[in-house]
Amino acid sequence: MKYRDLAIKNANDLIFGNTPHPVTTKRGLVIGGGRVYPELNFTLPSIEVSPDSKEQVIEHYRQITTGALERAKDLYSQGVVLELETVIEMTKYPDIGVGVVKTMNEICEEYYQKHQLPTEIRLTPNDLREFDRPPRQRTGAYLDPMMQLFEEGAKAGGNLLSIESTGGKEISDDALMMCNMTQFIFSQAVLGVRDMHFLWDKIADVAGKTGVLMGGDTACGFGNTAMVLAEKKYIPKIFAAVARVATVVRTLVAVEHGATGPDKDCGYEGPFLKAIAGIPISMEGKTAACAHLSPVGNIAAACCDLWSNESVQNIKLLAGFAPTVYLEQLEYDCRLMNQAVHKGHDACTQLQELMVNSDISYDPQALVLAPESVIEISKEIVKGNNYIEACVLGCLKSVEIIDKAYKQDKLTLNDMELTWIDMLRSELEAIPFNEEKFIDLVVPTLDQNKILLNEYGIT
Amino acid sequence: MEKIIEQIAHCIEFGKIDKNSPFPPDMKGQDGADELVKSALDSGIKPSEILSDGMIAAMEKVGNKFTQNKIFVPQMLMSAKAMSKAMLHIKPYFQDGSVQQKGTFVIGTVSGDLHDIGKNLVSMMVEGNGWNVVDLGVDVSAESFIETIKQYPGCFVGLSALLTTTMVSMEKIVGEIKAASPDTKIIIGGAPVNQEFCEKISADAYSPDPQGAVSSLNKLLAA
Repeated sequence: MKYRDLAIKNANDLIFGNTPHPVTTKRGLVIGGGRVYPELNFTLPSIEVSPDSKEQVIEHYRQITTGALERAKDLYSQGVVLELETVIEMTKYPDIGVGVVKTMNEICEEYYQKHQLPTEIRLTPNDLREFDRPPRQRTGAYLDPMMQLFEEGAKAGGNLLSIESTGGKEISDDALMMCNMTQFIFSQAVLGVRDMHFLWDKIADVAGKTGVLMGGDTACGFGNTAMVLAEKKYIPKIFAAVARVATVVRTLVAVEHGATGPDKDCGYEGPFLKAIAGIPISMEGKTAACAHLSPVGNIAAACCDLWSNESVQNIKLLAGFAPTVYLEQLEYDCRLMNQAVHKGHDACTQLQELMVNSDISYDPQALVLAPESVIEISKEIVKGNNYIEACVLGCLKSVEIIDKAYKQDKLTLNDMELTWIDMLRSELEAIPFNEEKFIDLVVPTLDQNKILLNEYGIT
Repeated sequence: MEKIIEQIAHCIEFGKIDKNSPFPPDMKGQDGADELVKSALDSGIKPSEILSDGMIAAMEKVGNKFTQNKIFVPQMLMSAKAMSKAMLHIKPYFQDGSVQQKGTFVIGTVSGDLHDIGKNLVSMMVEGNGWNVVDLGVDVSAESFIETIKQYPGCFVGLSALLTTTMVSMEKIVGEIKAASPDTKIIIGGAPVNQEFCEKISADAYSPDPQGAVSSLNKLLAA
């Protein structure tokens, strides 16, 4: 663990639009330096993606980019980040992904030159490695095309590199379904951390060679899977809240490898990264309802530096195509936050308080994202002498915060949820911090057909 | 109903797998579904009675409680584990014909898609309802589905997709299965699909949740 102290020590300073280490992009966006920008995310409608349909795919992205930037121009936007999160075939056949980046970048450059609208492309290749079952994180054939897309895509204009990496997912999915916190923490603090070191070493090489920024990773496949399962009432909200906190240490590894942010939108662990490392973050909340429901619609914006919509299909709505419509929504949210930034810290605090208080009492997943909770939990995380200890200490603090809020009538929980407070605390307290001992404890409990431990450097 | 059948149902409903299993805590040290089903068979109770009145009836209760948001998935999974362990004692009777399964359900996530949590839940619920389930996993091609259908004549098929781009794959697979085996009934599910899409691609049923998949299957079986 590189970080032993917090970059932001007071909840009052964990605020939207500003962070201790802002990032300046090639076209001049200063992210985290006094302004919140929209980050627009989009995906294809139901069409086939293959080398044969490359031109059709590119045409969709051309139309999405043009529509969104034209709307941004008309709304006097001060800047936009566009995220290209590739679908499987666009990574499997990097030529498709690179073609899309190139086209998007040409449009971005045109709007920059003609209209002085600064934009950047976040390139997020999807992690193909889980196509092998069990996944071959280090030796599988899917790693090469993925890294090729990173490199060629960066050269084509993908100036912010990100990924939702999947190390540990072969264990975490079942752990979430069984609400097995011990196995979930193993998937994050052992498997996830080990895979992040492996992968971000490679991404750092690409960024170094191509001169682009490393945005960061997200635990979307872990924390957000938990959140969606909780929204479907498949697992307790308390479990999802603690699972969210458990994802922080694995995502922090990208920052240890040089990721400067902005961390990616679907990583609701972003506020913890901002508190610990001071990097700018992207967040998504109510404007991401097009992609998934969540209990954190307002509070998610409390300390964002980019404000995102997660993903919307390129389909026609009454007002226009959906990505254009969502750009408008994001822009208005950003205007409001930027007006507060313009008026000063008190105005920001007031707006943040409304965001936080409007969500905080309904769901423990919102509670753990409140700035005060984030700082308390982050303080515990940086006390850890290794990733496992950091992870467990953070989780225990989150259980304590949830328990306290419930007992003070500040959080609503039903009886089905309540039983999990003590169960989770007991389970967390039994986890050994020594990695070797933790591996010895957990490995015999895993389905051995699902995981190749040597792909994580575990012998 | 025999008392032991009620006990079996109770064990399965509350996820008591065997005597050694620590869950649920209030049944610690007591016989579980494993021991009780064996005892019931040894005492001469018909395996079909144990299966339908004890095991399947309990899983139906579990499914209903889950649908009504009265339990979470882990509790349902514990019930499914108890069911699976107990089923080991019943399986020999399938071979001699004294117990009938409802049929075979072949399920998989369509090619190009790796999401399997929803599919796994459906598998578990369908199996608990007395079906033989053949789970082909994720990223499953039309060829693989068709090959499996040949191995299990009269089987029903379930397709899952979570991406808008793999809906295309789902449509293709439905088309190829129907071309190769027109009578095979296909159920679809997953976040981006709906009843309208089901009708468009000529699948036979759409279900938004695992319990719905069980109901749809049973309806298709009865039709």
